[in-house]
Parts: sequence; structure tokens; C-alpha cells
Amino acid sequence: MNIYVCLKQVPDTEASILVKDGKSIQEANIKWIISPYDEYAIEEALKLKEKTPGSTVTALCLGPERVHSALRSALAMGADKAVHIESNGYLDDQNTAQALAEVIKADSAFGVIFTGKQAIDNDSYQLHLRLAENLGIPAATNVTAFTVEGQKVKVQREIDEGAKEMIEMSIPCVVAAAKGLNTPRYASMMGIMKAKKIEIKKITLSEIGVNESQNKVQLLKLSAPAEKPQGRVIPGEPADAVKELVRLLREEAKVL
Amino acid sequence: MANIGLYIELKEGVFKKSNRELLSLVRKCGQNGHAVVFCADLQPYLPELRGIQTVIQVKGTDLAYQPDRYAQTLADIIAEFKLDVFCGIFSAQGKDLFPRLAAKAKASLVNDCLAVDPASRKAVKPVYSGKLLAEFQVNDERALFTIRPNVIPVEESPADGQPEIKTFPFNAGPVKTHIVQVVKSAAKKIDLTEAEIIVSGGRAMKNKENFAILEALAAVLNAGVGASRAAVDAEYATADMQVGQTGKVVNPKLYIACGISGAIQHFVGMKTSKIIVAINKDPEAPIFKKADYGIVGDLFAIAPLLQEELKKKL
Repeated sequence: MNIYVCLKQVPDTEASILVKDGKSIQEANIKWIISPYDEYAIEEALKLKEKTPGSTVTALCLGPERVHSALRSALAMGADKAVHIESNGYLDDQNTAQALAEVIKADSAFGVIFTGKQAIDNDSYQLHLRLAENLGIPAATNVTAFTVEGQKVKVQREIDEGAKEMIEMSIPCVVAAAKGLNTPRYASMMGIMKAKKIEIKKITLSEIGVNESQNKVQLLKLSAPAEKPQGRVIPGEPADAVKELVRLLREEAKVL
Repeated sequence: MANIGLYIELKEGVFKKSNRELLSLVRKCGQNGHAVVFCADLQPYLPELRGIQTVIQVKGTDLAYQPDRYAQTLADIIAEFKLDVFCGIFSAQGKDLFPRLAAKAKASLVNDCLAVDPASRKAVKPVYSGKLLAEFQVNDERALFTIRPNVIPVEESPADGQPEIKTFPFNAGPVKTHIVQVVKSAAKKIDLTEAEIIVSGGRAMKNKENFAILEALAAVLNAGVGASRAAVDAEYATADMQVGQTGKVVNPKLYIACGISGAIQHFVGMKTSKIIVAINKDPEAPIFKKADYGIVGDLFAIAPLLQEELKKKL
């Protein structure tokens, strides 16, 4: 099976994010990682490949030159091929979905496409489902369990607290991973060495007919949210402090 | 005047509380409102829908949620009623439905909005897990927005203003993404993303059994129980309880953090809580810098005292 995984490179979860010019962020001191949900996607793609002889995993990533390190990590984990779609500015979700769909469609035998349920930079929560609609195939998001039975995929996805939907889809389909799906592997030394020798295929947006000027969602402004003023620590013995806390919650904060 | 649509989300026939936020937004924006409800009997919901110009009741023999059918029906409604803007709740179902609908309706979508102006099609949403806010302008023929629960002030449904009621057939076409079963959890849990009060525990809980202390406190407050990533990774709590960057984003009026140090990854998941209370043994814990009220002390002593104190006066 020709398995695909779409990943995004994002700032490390611990990074402080500062606004540069009102529309972009200061990138100088940022450590870049694969978006955590996309790591679950890579792991599940690799597991499927191991269970399905003759399969390949192709990692796709859209972004500037720096995303090569994310693709190298995916190759080191065990992906076979990597494709970099070059894009230097902000591309809205409709365009991003179209770009990814164009690349995947070029392979008439694509199978399961894995993604994360969201990328933790723009948190736009829609790319995976748009991609599926674009390709005319089924999709499930927030997936915490995945199995293949013949040409059928069975997934479990979390909906509300503790409740789950059991979903069946035929292949090809899109599966968007959530925490709990698996534990992503670490790259082995051998994997890292092997990854260095694999060529990353580059595709430009113009080659696939996508253009930033077609963006229909425009970013007007990025800003830091207002900081909360520092609160107070209630002094005293536990019993007194608790009494005072309840009084403050009722009378001052009025939340009880 | 723009035609604004909104998707009224029902959960097993129960009107979700966050619908009131959408309705308040639409009543206030001075545009032509359309509320879409998938139900066999509209009567129970009508008192909530006053002050909206049109209610579109979607009728069908089997209205069970199947994303393909719901998305196609809504796309048909958007076309039929020439809706310029369409809004929904950023809920588990909203996250599943709206991106599919956006693709089918060839519309732009901004998810998880904290503020929306339907007339100008501008929206503000958190990005980088809430470390920044982004303001977006939709320049598309059709704009879709989902709104985070607990952000829009709710106004009571007005005393009059009966909407005009129209019906629309449910599109019961074939399903590609087939929900074959919905499995409910044995324990009835409060939805954290909609909860008004949350009691949350961290690594300091020490084990799974100790979460019973927080559950007892939560029961007095009718609160949901959350956990930090450290507590989930240590298997003291289940993944669906995790609040933070790789868990749920919550927005209650009161968030009580017990034995949580307050790492940035946790903070971004609960920072918009109206009031944050921190209980921690370590006076240097970063959570105290972010909490409105803090008590330095052992949560195993404080939580039961708090439970007793709340019981006394409630």
C-alpha cells in the first residue's frame, strides 16, 4: 500500500512565541519540531507499513526550507520517501489542502493518509477533513485506535468525555491522529544514517497550480493576549485559608 | 443585510448550553438570522429560538449523526437559503462537521473563535495554543465560524419574536465515513470543554486512587475533573481528562488546580478561565504567578477542607 503522512513543522511546545511585525513571529530562538499529533500519524503509518508487506510510507510537508529537518526526522523514524512542498508565506487551509491533494493525487494508488488532528501553531483543525473532501474519500478525526481488515479501516475516535464513535471506512481514506493512538518511536542510529542518503523531492506551489494570492482567509494581526494581573496567596492555617478562599470566591470573584 | 445561519447542536435531543451563545451573537448582530435544527419535534426548542428570524427544521426518518449526511444537508441549506455566514459550536461534533461542510460548501472556515463579527466577517482566535491571538478576515463568498464554548455573554431568549418556521429534507444519501456505533463511557462525566467549574490534579496526586479526593470535591461543585499531562502520563488519570497543549482547552468560570506546578503547556489549556485557584505545597510553583487565589499547602489536607467548607454554605 502507498501510505502517506502529512506533517507540519511547528515551534517547540515550550517556546515563548513573540510577535515580530504584527503578522509574523520572531523565529530567531525557536527550536522547530514535528507537531506532536503528526508524530502519532507517522508512527501509525509505520505500523501499517510493517503489517502490510510491499508498502511504502511517503512523508509530505509544506513550508519553507527549514522543514527539511522535520522530513529528515520522519525518514529517520522509518518513512521511505519525503516530499517538500515549498511555501514561504501564509497559505490558508483551502489552498494547503489543495496543494497536498494535488501531490497525493499524482499517485493513482494512494492508500491510507495519516495526519495529526491539528497542528499546534495555527490550531486551525480542518486541514485533514478538507484534504479528504478534496480527494473525495472518507475521513475520521481525533482517532485513538486504528485497525485494517482487508480493504476496510476501523477506527475509534473520542467525542465527548469518555464517549467514543466506532467508524468504518474503505481505503483510501484520511485518518487524523490524537493522543492515545500510539507511542511514537525514536529514530535509531541506523535510521538516522539511512535518512541522510534519501533525497527529499521538492515541489513548488506553481507546479501544482496553487498560489498564495488565492488565499481567502487573510491574517490581519497577531498579538499577545492580555496578561492576568498576579493574584494573591491566602495566608494562614489551612482551615482559615480555605474559609477565606470560599468567601473570596463567593463575594469577590462571584463564581460560586 | 447578510443572512447568518447557525447550527443548533443537540446531544441526544438535549439542547446544548453553548447554543445560547450563538443565538445571543446572532440576535445582537442585527442581521437576518437562520437557526438550523435537526429534529422530529421542534416544540421543545422553540422558547430558546425566539428573536431569530427563521428556524429551519431538518426532518428525516433517521437523523442519527453521520458526518457525510449532516455536512451535505447543511451545504444544501446554505445554498438554498443563500446564507452568507454560518456558525456553530467548537465542540467535538463541530470539529468533525464544520471542516467537511466548509469543503462541500466551498467556504472558508475559522475554528475556535473567541470573537466573531458576522457582518464584517472578522474573527479572533487563539493560535500557538493560546500564546498569541490572531485576527482573521474572511474574503470568501461564504464564511464559516465555530465558536469556543463559554466566551460569548448569554442573553435570555426574548419574550416575543416567534421565528418563521420552515422545513428542509434530511439528505439521507450514502455514507463513506460510517459511524457504526457510539459507545458511551460507563461513568457519566462532565464535558470539560463546556464545564463551568473544573477541579484538576497533577503529578502530586501520587496515584490513581487519590483522584477520588478531587472527584469528591468536584461532586460538591458539580464540576468536571481534569488532569495535567504529568498525571496522565503517569496513568493517574485518563487521556480524556488532560487539560493543556496536547489535551483539552477549557474555559470554565472557576479552575481549581491541585498539585499542578503550572508548566506553560498546562497553562495554555486553561488560561482563559475566569478565576484560577492554585493549591500547591511549593510556594515557588509557577502556578501561583498565574492564579487569582492561591493556598500554599498540602492538597491532601486542603481539598477535603475545601469540600467541607463548600458543603456547609451551599
